[in-house]
Amino acid sequence: MGTTFTKSMARNIFYGGSVFFFLLFIALTVDTTKALPKRDNSQNITAEVERGKKVWETNNCIGCHTLLGEGAYFAPELGNVYKRRGGDEGGAEFIKEWIKMQPLNIPGRRKMPQFHLTDQELDDLVAFLKYASEINTEKWPPNIEG
Amino acid sequence: MQYKSQAVAKPYFIAAIGLFVGQILFGLIMGLQYVMGDFLFPAIPFNIARMVHTNLLIVWLLFGFMGAAYYLIPEETENELYSPKLAIITFWIFLIAGALTIVGYLLVPYARLAEFTGNNILATMGREFLEQPLVTKIGIVIVALSFLFNICMTLLKGRKTSISLVLVLGLLGLAVFFLFSFYNPSNLVLDKYYWWWVVHLWVEGVWELILGAILAFVLIKVTGVDREVIEKWLYVIVTMTLITGIIGTGHHYYWIGTPEYWQWWGSVFSALEPIPFFMMTIFAFNMVNRRRREHPNKAAVLWALGTGVLAFLGAGVWGFLHTLAPVNYYTHGTQMTASHGHLAFYGAYVCVVITMISYAMPILRGRAANSNTAQVVEMWSFWLMSVSIVFITLFLTAAGIVQVWLQRYSDTPMAFMAVQDKAAIFYWMREGAGVIFLIGLVTYIASFFIKGETKAAA
Repeated sequence: MGTTFTKSMARNIFYGGSVFFFLLFIALTVDTTKALPKRDNSQNITAEVERGKKVWETNNCIGCHTLLGEGAYFAPELGNVYKRRGGDEGGAEFIKEWIKMQPLNIPGRRKMPQFHLTDQELDDLVAFLKYASEINTEKWPPNIEG
Repeated sequence: MQYKSQAVAKPYFIAAIGLFVGQILFGLIMGLQYVMGDFLFPAIPFNIARMVHTNLLIVWLLFGFMGAAYYLIPEETENELYSPKLAIITFWIFLIAGALTIVGYLLVPYARLAEFTGNNILATMGREFLEQPLVTKIGIVIVALSFLFNICMTLLKGRKTSISLVLVLGLLGLAVFFLFSFYNPSNLVLDKYYWWWVVHLWVEGVWELILGAILAFVLIKVTGVDREVIEKWLYVIVTMTLITGIIGTGHHYYWIGTPEYWQWWGSVFSALEPIPFFMMTIFAFNMVNRRRREHPNKAAVLWALGTGVLAFLGAGVWGFLHTLAPVNYYTHGTQMTASHGHLAFYGAYVCVVITMISYAMPILRGRAANSNTAQVVEMWSFWLMSVSIVFITLFLTAAGIVQVWLQRYSDTPMAFMAVQDKAAIFYWMREGAGVIFLIGLVTYIASFFIKGETKAAA
């Protein structure tokens, strides 16, 4: 870099540029927040869903699974698991039975722990997963397998 | 060393390396569980091992950053640390809190841990990388505040160089953005949106300021190139970092319920994110080529150059590979992400912390550089760890391609677990590379215990 471009110029661009782009980010955040209610399925966040999110969190499900593609990559995507396992036609039953069956007795297969969830907790968790499956994710994942 | 109080950096560096060992051991456990599902089950289920693996990484890097700051700030500001005693107290609090948290993860079922540690008062747990109990999170804030207080007080009474200003700005940002970990709305989209304000704005934002400042400091020391030149470079690099990185957060907002326009903002800006990393590579090589002195610590120079190259490869190139929205549509949440994560963290943050340790530790131990033999061993460790992490990255990339092809792109998509079986060969090879990495890490630690003729302190 030549001598005409001085350190103090570089510093000023740093402060100016950073502030500008952070403000732009804030503006986009405000716009996103306004746009969300049409997309985020928040009208369906019931007390059940709220409790279900807590069941999801306090059992560290994200430590193996992804949810809308974020998390660990050890076990299947669960953002759309409600739909994958039958949706309103049996999705809830499948998920609950599956969780109760764990760990599966298949030697060598990756193991899911037994979390000893109550029936109430299972229902809450399913409500949360159903809510998550109805968020507008721009058609992601590409297919039902997640 | 020039200032007595720089000595407080030493325990931070030692703790960092110790926790690094723990991180790698848990990484190996998880790698094996990928292909041998029964391994250590149910004693250490995968989700627990992963939490330990990633949390240890974050904590040891924080130890490294803090140690680096305690070493660097007195020398840059040209006066003693405001309170060495506070730095030592903070060290023990952080270490004990960190250790207790890890022990809690391993010994107590996570749901019980949440119950005992106040998660019912304010639910913050169970989100990736932010799994720490509420008490630990509050502890982290207290440690960060005490650390920043100490650093800022030192800065205020001394010389204010650009390196120290950029470093402090990065550290302040680190503390401020961590506060978003306390915000966990029941709206999943908002939860995820602000979760990235911690995760992305840390690793693709303010942490890069810390990285740049540490690298610049070490380069001044080992090359003797004029401070004006190095600091100008530093400003240009961190400018590019924030210009591209802040809006680049958008590449996480493609498929989580946020508006479609993020696909444009995210793609355009994150496509530019490799630029600051590329500049860092050029910067490191340029400064070393223009060096005005032959510093006896060749190992530190090697780590500094390694940071430049591997950060660019891992964060820059491997990030770019899957950052454009149409590509990310297929790769999102696959092993592609894991491959990028491994090389980016290693190249950018592991390497820069070790660069600092490599430069500072001999001086803290009363010599300008380690003996030639010790340096040769240390350089071996650099190559072992760096080459094996590159292979880990390549194998995970291969697994990611298998996943995308069979599960996402195919007309007849296969189920997740069936696809995982198809990728098993790559997971085995990854585990093999992981073992080499561990050997490299053991070699690194061994280099600290190798005697031999040393140069006197500079």
